[in-house]
Amino acid sequence: MTVDGIENGIVLDHIEAGKAMMVYKYLNLDKLDSQVALIQNCSSRKMGKKDIVKISEDLDIDLDVLGYIDPGITVNYIKNGIRVDKKTLQLPETLTNVLKCKNPRCIISIEQELPHVFKIVDRTKALYRCMYCDTIVRSEELN
Amino acid sequence: MQPTPRSIINILDLTVEEIDHLMDLADDIEKNPEKYQDKCAHKQLATLFYEPSTRTRLSFESAMLALGGQILGFAGASSSSAAKGESVADTISVMSNYVDIMVMRHPKEGAPVVASMHTTVPFINAGDGGHFHPTQTLADVLTIRRTRGSLSGITLGLCGDLKFGRTVHSLIDAMLRYPDNKYILISPEELKIPEYELDKLKEAGVEFEETTSLEEAIPKLDILYMTRVQKERFFNEEDYLRLKDIYILTPEKLRNAKPDMAILHPLPRVNEISVAVDKDERAKYFYQTLCGKQMRMALILFLLGLDK
Ligand SMILES: [Zn+2]
Repeated sequence: MTVDGIENGIVLDHIEAGKAMMVYKYLNLDKLDSQVALIQNCSSRKMGKKDIVKISEDLDIDLDVLGYIDPGITVNYIKNGIRVDKKTLQLPETLTNVLKCKNPRCIISIEQELPHVFKIVDRTKALYRCMYCDTIVRSEELN
Repeated sequence: MQPTPRSIINILDLTVEEIDHLMDLADDIEKNPEKYQDKCAHKQLATLFYEPSTRTRLSFESAMLALGGQILGFAGASSSSAAKGESVADTISVMSNYVDIMVMRHPKEGAPVVASMHTTVPFINAGDGGHFHPTQTLADVLTIRRTRGSLSGITLGLCGDLKFGRTVHSLIDAMLRYPDNKYILISPEELKIPEYELDKLKEAGVEFEETTSLEEAIPKLDILYMTRVQKERFFNEEDYLRLKDIYILTPEKLRNAKPDMAILHPLPRVNEISVAVDKDERAKYFYQTLCGKQMRMALILFLLGLDK
């Protein structure tokens, strides 16, 4: 299967196989008018299998959310068919309104207008802590 | 811009030096109460109690009154603006215009974090659900220092609900910052100290042991910190009934304890300490409430910059 390269836009490469839909969802790509291609299970020398997402629009993507979904993703910026910039990601220090605190005793549970803010506590285990009640959330809880 | 006022949410928001300073101040208050009786004249403390907790509120109020200050506030969410749906943030923003310092008790964990983001005056957390209660820990450390003479070289027994007991976790956090203390954790299997608290003891490299037997542990202890098994922590009545009376401290059990051991309890007790123990010289849990008042006085003075 071949999917054409894009002229202008962004290519999200090295996405862990199976996570392309999550990227699609959390970057709200369904809201875009431009072309978006999700390619699952591409063969990769480095990873065995990987997913790729191509977006034919130079949008301002939330790198924190992307870094949280999979810090291994590389972000390639394409202009006139040429890669002009490349960014590698890492787990963000703070996540706002990405994870939800599910602790029923948390202040968040009764004050809905408060932002859900999580701070990183352990990079290797990808653990985050609710800023209010200190509940620890693991990365796999993002679904 | 005004400097951000201090908020004390967790015992670890105070440095060891600050805690030592507060204890020294509390000792001076004990010795020379008249020196402090007008320190907070014309200062106002708000006590914002979204749940009753009469004991804690009265302790803060008596502390402020003993400093010559004034108090205003509410107790119980039904009588407050919260019942009308006002957010913590809004209440704090309004109260910041009325008072010089604020104390808040809230049933939800993390409510003080929200308050600290909106207050323009010093703020003290007086308990947020099962989360933090730093002034209880200040009372505990002062009681230990006064009864033992120091906060080091102590064998500290913590007994009862070590799983949900926030006072226990916070006391461990505070005591780990002082050297040469030993910890004996006494609880039933079901109420053992959580893994993350145990990790702190391991990381600190301190001596500790876990046991289910109060009788076996008691001869080794310098401090016995008893806690209440709280009904609201259990999902079924059966477990609660089985565990609630598992460690009842009686004069018989105290027979093998050191003559100078001190018994502490954050209060209120239900029946984990027999009333017969109250007469024992080692019972320090009522004295602990005096320490609590004096530490709250010290903290108010410190946060208002009136401690010099
Ligand atoms: Zn929370």
